[in-house]
Amino acid sequence: MQVQQTKGYRVINQWLQARGFAAFAFQEESWQEIINGKSGLVNAPTGCGKTYSVFLGALIQFINEHPEQYLRKKNNGLQLLWITPLRALAKDIGRAMEEVITELGLPWKIGIRNGDTDTAERLKQKKNMPEVLIITPESLHLLLAQKKYPEIFHRLRIIAVDEWHELLGSKRGVQVELAVSRIVHCQAPGYPQACVWGISATIGNLPEAKDVLLAPLQQEGVIIRAAINKQIVVESILPDEIEKYPWAGHLGIKLAEKLVPIIDQNRTTLIFINTRGMSETWYQTLLNVAPQLAGAIALHHGSIEQELRLWVEEALHTEKLKAVVCTSSLDLGVDFRPVDTVVQVGSPKGIARFLQRAGRSGHRPGEISKIYFLPTHSLELLEVAALKTAIDEMAIESREPMLLCFDVLLQYLCTLAIGEGFEQAALFREIKNTHCFSDITETEWQEILLHLTIGGKALQQYDEYKKVEVEDGLYLIKNRRIAFRHRMHIGTIVSDAMLKVKMMNGGYVGVIEEWFISRLEPGDVFTLAGRNLELVMIKDMQVMVRKSNSRKTIVPSWMGGRMSLTANLGRILRETFNKALVAEDSIELQSLHGLFDLQQQLSHIPRHNELLIEQLEDKNGFHLLVYPFEGRQVHEALSAILAYRIGQIMPITFSISMNDYGFELLSDQPVPVDDSNVRELFSTDHLLTDIQKSVNNTEMAKRKFRDIAVIGGLIFQGMPGEKKKARHLQSSASLLFKVFDEYDPNNILLKQAYQEVLLQQMDEVRLRLAMQRIGQSKIVLTFPEKLTPLSFPIIVDGLNRNHYSSEKLEDRVRKMQQQLEK
Amino acid sequence: MTAPVAHIIRDQHFWLSPQRCLFWEEQQALILSDLHFGKTGHFRKHGIAVPQEIYKEDLQRLVEQISYFKPRQLIAVGDLFHSVANKEMDWFLKWRRDLGELSFVLVKGNHDILSNAWYAQAGIDLHTGTYTVAGFDFVHDPDEAESNGDNYIFSGHLHPGVHINGLGKQSLQFPCYYFGKAMAILPAFSKFSGLAIIRKKKVDTVYAIVNQSLVAIQ
Repeated sequence: MQVQQTKGYRVINQWLQARGFAAFAFQEESWQEIINGKSGLVNAPTGCGKTYSVFLGALIQFINEHPEQYLRKKNNGLQLLWITPLRALAKDIGRAMEEVITELGLPWKIGIRNGDTDTAERLKQKKNMPEVLIITPESLHLLLAQKKYPEIFHRLRIIAVDEWHELLGSKRGVQVELAVSRIVHCQAPGYPQACVWGISATIGNLPEAKDVLLAPLQQEGVIIRAAINKQIVVESILPDEIEKYPWAGHLGIKLAEKLVPIIDQNRTTLIFINTRGMSETWYQTLLNVAPQLAGAIALHHGSIEQELRLWVEEALHTEKLKAVVCTSSLDLGVDFRPVDTVVQVGSPKGIARFLQRAGRSGHRPGEISKIYFLPTHSLELLEVAALKTAIDEMAIESREPMLLCFDVLLQYLCTLAIGEGFEQAALFREIKNTHCFSDITETEWQEILLHLTIGGKALQQYDEYKKVEVEDGLYLIKNRRIAFRHRMHIGTIVSDAMLKVKMMNGGYVGVIEEWFISRLEPGDVFTLAGRNLELVMIKDMQVMVRKSNSRKTIVPSWMGGRMSLTANLGRILRETFNKALVAEDSIELQSLHGLFDLQQQLSHIPRHNELLIEQLEDKNGFHLLVYPFEGRQVHEALSAILAYRIGQIMPITFSISMNDYGFELLSDQPVPVDDSNVRELFSTDHLLTDIQKSVNNTEMAKRKFRDIAVIGGLIFQGMPGEKKKARHLQSSASLLFKVFDEYDPNNILLKQAYQEVLLQQMDEVRLRLAMQRIGQSKIVLTFPEKLTPLSFPIIVDGLNRNHYSSEKLEDRVRKMQQQLEK
Repeated sequence: MTAPVAHIIRDQHFWLSPQRCLFWEEQQALILSDLHFGKTGHFRKHGIAVPQEIYKEDLQRLVEQISYFKPRQLIAVGDLFHSVANKEMDWFLKWRRDLGELSFVLVKGNHDILSNAWYAQAGIDLHTGTYTVAGFDFVHDPDEAESNGDNYIFSGHLHPGVHINGLGKQSLQFPCYYFGKAMAILPAFSKFSGLAIIRKKKVDTVYAIVNQSLVAIQ
């Protein structure tokens, strides 16, 4: 049946017309598929009515099925489950839906359920589910931990997953996959099966994104694309004078003054900063250069206390703010908010992210999106030149879905074991239908069950391991305290070892990483949420602070705050180098001529078919710098392999740093690399064996293990009421990693850490491609006398993450002691 | 294991073992701290599957050290047990009975929360606060050490570690023995323990435990 012929369509269309709107073609298309009972993916940019495509579709379907009583039919049970990645989004979407329903006079209810929902509201929902429930992945899993949860979903018609591109490729995406698979399998016979609809911005692998989401349904599904092409204008904010050495971070701050007129001339400006630490600095700097902005600008990032963040979001909504300095925390959720200008400070590292941010401005169809780009070091001007090319080519990145996340699976199994319990064989078949676990083997499944019931290596008669018990074939968690702790834990899927920051006179400011605060002494002053705070003490997992007027403060940094350049942007960046010295019409490249001249004079400017390697010596030791321009992530892998291979030539120790352009191997002794062996060092022979060996030698797996240990339930954050006892259960991820590595190397979560490195970081296919490309390139070895413009940011500000050594530990300590004596 | 290293304090001979305990020759006493027995069991009882192997090895290491040094007495400077009693303690008790003639002193640490009766039946002589032997004081938390005249103090609690830097941005950290002018801090005996990095003053002596050997740090 043509949707346009239906009553539901007429009702909705009338309503739209009354408001002066007309349905977009892609919306009508999705309504058609929805009433046909199909599932699929809607691809539309933000602010183009993507919410309406699925939401109004659900209403049309309901009106069509109850053409006479739709205005009277109450308590219909859950009809539409709306999964959203952000709590902040839930409120906006709920508000928009509420509006439609009130104006239509439909007796539906809209419910929101997330960490902020109070107990009374939860109870109300339990007794009488609203027709629409807006929920985060974590809260959805909590729902699955309830007794009799299948009843909630009996009459469910549509599962909508908003911002699926954000969730895909993360462990929260895996949570969504598992929840969807459970819900579609627990619906009562006799009711129509729920359809699944994803809503996604443009990414490189939309068909795959759709397949991952729909996998549990075993259906093909459709992709509906909104043919809305938005024109994007990128304007660089150029420094008056470009220094020959790019000094990371500082250039940007100097340009802060140039932002003031932009903020003044526009209604609302979003200023995107790449890291939480830098956003604190920027907020302060803006207030310093333009004190008149006090009260009109605000700061928003993921470590600021929820309440403050909500206030900022609300103030944005009501246009009380002129500008907000933010991180990716505001990447989503400005759909319904009046933002007209966007500034990107520093490289956005990816085309998709840049486009999405640009799309925040002028987001009415037909309007031009304008984004200002403010470089934080001069080489980033090169990146923006590359970005412009990339936008023309629409070379948008893919989001790779995650595979075999046993930590998420373990958490999920415990969740089910708290509620209804599960029968292992049936659940195994069910999860094998998800994309994430389609390759799980019977052996791995058994290992996971054993982990839950027996708990790995134990001394039988002295063991009291207790988690999941098996009763009449049903896997259950019966211990109330374990169940309670698990429930508290489900929401912590993304958190690190964070401590809450609390004012002495009450009130929370935000969270801070444990490693950062542990380096401070009481009396030290640091900045959080734009305030200067003096550390008083750390008590019961809380950082007690008081306000400080001190001018000397430390800006915290949060680990993992930096993103890697994507492969697409890397390729275009390499090609941009070809044009570096050619007089060209690009204003960004022109302004970099001085820097390039120096690079050429001291060393060489690599063309896209060349690999530049620089070797130089200074007081810190011997530097080997390699510039593949593949992005930090690939560089981390490449550097690990190169370090391992050099380590096979002779015993040697390296500290490894990297940025998006290249990496550095730093040693206390000369590095044995020259034109006689350099080809061999980048050869693809024995690549797989060398990958395996270098994975074991670096800290990558250890870092992965941090998240895995939290998600997999090995680390508990302290919780109210149980402080003292919980303290006896605390241990750091690095200690656990060491313990498992030494005493239980077959532990499934430890194996996953190595596996994640192999799959994500050291991905053989991608590395082979990169090395093949290098194999076909001309390798240029230079020996500059001093630091070159390209090497400078890596050596001074590169992310120093890994260490590699083929020397004996005792020898290293002896050598380090001797160096001290000199 | 490499041979123990002799460290002399006020004419008394202390033999430091890379196995995280030291032997006081004149008193025939084995001194150690922060054993945290029962920690793996405590975690496992609460659904956290850490390998118990580490407890087994800790206990075996202790037995080896006792048969190597053949002490008359054992002085634990606190945190002998990690938390409330669990089945892992049964193994400890079995071992304790086998070495009944060895005198066992525990200076109570913040983790030692079992009942006095429990320690008594385990043949452990419990001391709260400071325990003194021949001009040497033993106290768990270095912050709570009160200067008791001129006595030299042995403490634990911190799980001390030392950080060393080298050329080429190299840095390493190890558990260590710390000997200050008036106080020593012992490494945690348990291998299921983290590190608190201490800052070394010029006059202090610090031995890093590097795999199976001890290295004096400049």
